[in-house]
This record gives sequence, structure tokens and C-alpha cells, in this order.
Amino acid sequence: MDYLMTLREAIESIGANKLRAVLTMLGIVIGVAAVVSMLAIGRGAQSQITSQIESIGANLLYVRAGGDSANPEPLTIEDASAIENPGRSPSVAGVAPFVQGNVQISVPGEQVSTGVFGVTPAYLEIQGIGVLEGSLLTAEQEQEQAAVVLLGIEIAETLFGTSEGLVGEVVRINGQPFRVVGVLEEAGGTTFGSSDNRVIIPLSTARLRVVRRTGVGEVDQILVEAKSSELVDAAIQEVSQVLRSRHTSNLGVDDFSIQNTQSFLETAESITGTLTVFLGSIAGVSLLVGGIGIMNIMLVSVIERTREIGLRKAVGARRRDIQIQFLIESSLMSIAGGIVGILLGWGISALVGVVFGGGTLNPQVDWNSVLLAVGFSATIGIFFGYYPASQAAKLEPVEALRSE
Amino acid sequence: MNTIESVVQARDLTKVYAMGDLQVHALRGVSLEIARGEVVAIMGPSGSGKSTLMNILGALDRPTSGSYQLDGELVSDMLDERLAEVRNRRVGFVFQNFNLLPRATALANVELPLRYTRHQVSDRRVRAIEALESVGLAERIGHRPNELSGGQQQRVAIARAIVSRPAIVMADEPTGNLDSRSGREIMELLMVMNQEHDATLIIITHDPEVAAYCERTVVLRDGKVEN
Repeated sequence: MDYLMTLREAIESIGANKLRAVLTMLGIVIGVAAVVSMLAIGRGAQSQITSQIESIGANLLYVRAGGDSANPEPLTIEDASAIENPGRSPSVAGVAPFVQGNVQISVPGEQVSTGVFGVTPAYLEIQGIGVLEGSLLTAEQEQEQAAVVLLGIEIAETLFGTSEGLVGEVVRINGQPFRVVGVLEEAGGTTFGSSDNRVIIPLSTARLRVVRRTGVGEVDQILVEAKSSELVDAAIQEVSQVLRSRHTSNLGVDDFSIQNTQSFLETAESITGTLTVFLGSIAGVSLLVGGIGIMNIMLVSVIERTREIGLRKAVGARRRDIQIQFLIESSLMSIAGGIVGILLGWGISALVGVVFGGGTLNPQVDWNSVLLAVGFSATIGIFFGYYPASQAAKLEPVEALRSE
Repeated sequence: MNTIESVVQARDLTKVYAMGDLQVHALRGVSLEIARGEVVAIMGPSGSGKSTLMNILGALDRPTSGSYQLDGELVSDMLDERLAEVRNRRVGFVFQNFNLLPRATALANVELPLRYTRHQVSDRRVRAIEALESVGLAERIGHRPNELSGGQQQRVAIARAIVSRPAIVMADEPTGNLDSRSGREIMELLMVMNQEHDATLIIITHDPEVAAYCERTVVLRDGKVEN
């Protein structure tokens, strides 16, 4: 059996009926293009969400009171200092307790309701918050419980109609005067809402005058930064140890909970992964339909070429020879269709990237999905070519030679 | 006639086809011996069973009963895959309607039987060119069937039949689709092949002019050899 010659014959035989071959391949082209572009779009969506979550920081932990205990102790500034002890938590790079709440903020003639954060300078550092103008909060301001405020850029524009030249202006928070010391850099919107729509004041000031808490040194959350994303798990262990030793709760029942961005990331990835599989399967159905088209045409071709099959058998072709000949033809059509389909799918992905582009959704064609599409279309060629090829191989030479 | 010199040894061949409830007896006990190098015509009216006999002698089909030895091998009991091998090595076919692959060149058509054996590509080519030369088509090896006349197409078919140096060449109405002049040329070519390549020729025909070329004529009637 001479495969090279058989391959050449298969190409000639497909070429002898070009329109028919093109229409048959179109089914595979559309199927493969759909699979490739759907997977690319799914992957694009996944990486978009992942990068948004990672921009929050992959090595941050959020510690909250609560957990499994029915009667949790509140977290305190002392808890935060204990965590910060490098002897007890070597994997922790930074600790920042904070409170948050809602306030009325006003200037003469303008009043809005917004979120306020009471934070230490460490919080600004860990979150990488910067200012457009003015300066960040200082340790002195924290100590003096200073009435100073950093404005988010949207709040600044709502209150003053501008975001420039505001340092030294006075705003009222819940009726109390605060001096503007800076305007925050634009953080941009994420899936979790805008962070440009808030104001930041010193933690001590907030606890004393704005967001009152009953407990001694009580805070809402403690932000903990691990030294690296690999040390996140170690940091969780260390923080848990410290809090368990300080809080009196039943053995095995924690009265706090720790969330980290890694867990958000895993949830989001599993959701987008499911979405990708879903889109891919729908596209796969059209590939299946394309395969049925190939089977159909191959059956017609076997009937048309009954005489040729008879002759080949008369000169000594065995069943296997005939079967391989037809399988090569069907695989050739589906692989050619698959290659064109990959290019088309690539084009569609690029087009989607341009139309919905601007950084929000960038479809990514990766080699895995290309290999998947090629493998899938070759398999389809063999699978759907098998039945027609067997029909051809089974023909009796006498009958086949007699047919017109 | 001893067994070594008899290429074809058929004894009591019968063939029964089932057509619905009806049983059709195409052959009712045919015995036939053909010596190596002999030229035999098989004649008979349509329905006499001559096509059935050709199919069995050419190893395309098996008899219902009886034994058939071709070139010393018992063919009558072989399975399909072995029969294909026998056809490939020991039988050459020439058909009334030529049966060439329409998209293949003369050379590729002649090479076809060799492609189903373990021949080297270069060896295959050499033998196919030799066969085409011996039928006088050396200049036409690159032509496709639709670029050749009927007589030339049948020459290509003859080259294909002899390229594997078979023990027998089965020709089924070889001149049936040709004008009388081309027909005579084809018959003369077959005779030359018989002499030069020592090929045993079995010609199925109803044309007395064709039968006149043959050394012996076997007449079939109602599935039996007529005395």
C-alpha cells in the first residue's frame, strides 16, 4: 500500500468536485471556527476577571470578626499589633486595622452620602493608594486624631466641580469640619464597584468622631499583607494562631474569619471555566453537524464510485486498502476544513477584541484550543468516514463491476 | 494433460444464485482444463452462464460446489482476502468498457495492480513503462483516458492486465466497444502478448470473428459445456 500515492489520489478525487468539497468542508470550517472563537472569548473573559482580582492584590488577607462562634469578640487595634509582631508572624509583611461606614459629606450648597474609611498610614501603603495632589495621611495625624481627609476623585468633582487645587479646602463630614489634605488618584472601576467614590480619614479620628464603635480599640477589619503570594497560606495560619491565643472561644471554634483574594480568584475562575466549557460545547455541536455532512457526502461518493471500487478489487485491492483510501479522503476534507476554521476562528476572536476592546475583553486563542480543534476535526473525519469507508470495502467485486 | 501444465483445472463447478424465493442455477457442473499458454474462447448465448464462469475463473467469485485450481492453487475455498491476493498476482482482467480510472494517467492506471503489492515505487514505474511500451503506447504514458481513443484505452487496459505477469488474462468481450478495425488490432495485440509473455488467454465473447483467433472454443449452454 502506497500512502503517498493514495493521498495524491484523494486530493485529486476531492478536487474533481470542488463545489461539493467546499460546501462539505464549510460545515467543519464553521464548527471549528465556533469552537476556537468561543474558547478564546471564554478565556479572554477569564483573564479579564482574574487580572481585576489580582489588581486588588493576590497576597492580601481580610480578617473579620465572626466566624463559627455564636458570640464573637470584636477585633481590636491590639489584635492588629499582636499580629504585627514578626516573632509570631514571620510571613506577614504589613498589618492595617480599619473601620468603614457611611457619612454625609458637604460643602456650602452641595451634600452627598458616601463611604468613609478610617485607616492607618499602613493601609494606604499596602493598598498602594496614591494622591494626585497634596499628601497621604501621616503617623502624626493618626496620633493627633487630626480632622483631615483624602477625597476620592469622583467625590471631589461632585463637591467642587474640579479635582485640582483643593488642598486646604474644608468639607463637613456629618457636620464636623475636616481639612482636605489630598485628592486620591483615579483607581478605576472594577467588577466590585468604583473606589473613586469614597473618602479616607485617620483611623483614630474616625473611631472618635465619625464611625463610633463601642468596644475598646474596636475595628471592623484587619487588612494583612503576606510577604508573597506563596506565603498566603502560612500567613493565614500565623494570624489564626495569634487570634486564637488572644480570644477566648471554645476549642476548635474560631470567632473570626479570614478571606483572601486567592479564594475570590478560585471562585471566579471556576465560574468562567464553566462558562467556557458551556460555550465550547455549544460550538462543538455545530462541529458534529459538520461531521455528519462529511459522512453524507462520503456515502454519496461511495455509491458514485462503485465501479471504480469494483475495478480496484478486481486488480487485487483488499478490504483494508479500500477502507484506507476512503478514510484518507474524509480525514483530508475535515482536516482542511479544520485548518481554515482555525484561521476563521482566529479572525473572529481578533474582531471581537477590536469591537469590545479597550482592555475590557481580549479573546485569547491559545495553542491548546488550536490543537483541540485540529485533533477534534481529524477524529471527526475518521469517525464519520468510517461507516462510508466500510460500506465501500464491503462491496462484492462482481456486483460492483456490474453497476453502471 | 498433467497438473503442472494445466493452469486452469475446474471440476464440476456449480453456481446457484438465490433471487428471492427462486433459485437460479447459473452453472450446472462445468469441468474445464486449460493448458499454460493456451488461447481459449468461451462462447454462448446470454444467460448461458459465461459471465458466471468468468467470475469464478478470474477469482472474483466462488463456486457453490466443485473445485477450482488456478496455477496449482486451490482457489474455490479461499476467503476474500486470499482471493484478492490471487487476483492481484495471477489474474489480469480486460473489460469490454475498459474500466480505467478516469482521473489517472495511463501510467498510473497500469501501475494500479502493483500498488496493492509490496513493490518498490521505482520498480513499479519501470514495469508499468515496459508494459505500456509493449502495447505500443510509450508516447502516451502521461495521457488520461479521455485523451485517448477507444482502441488506445483498451491497450492501456491490456498493459494493466499483463503488468503483474499473471498466469491467466481474462478478457470479457474485449472488442465489444470498438469499431471493427480497432477490434482487430486489439485481438492481434492480445495474440502478441500471448506469444511474447506466454500469457494464457481466456476470452469471453459471442463474436465468431474473435473466437476465430483462439486455438479452442468452449461453448456454454444452460450452464453446461456443450460437446
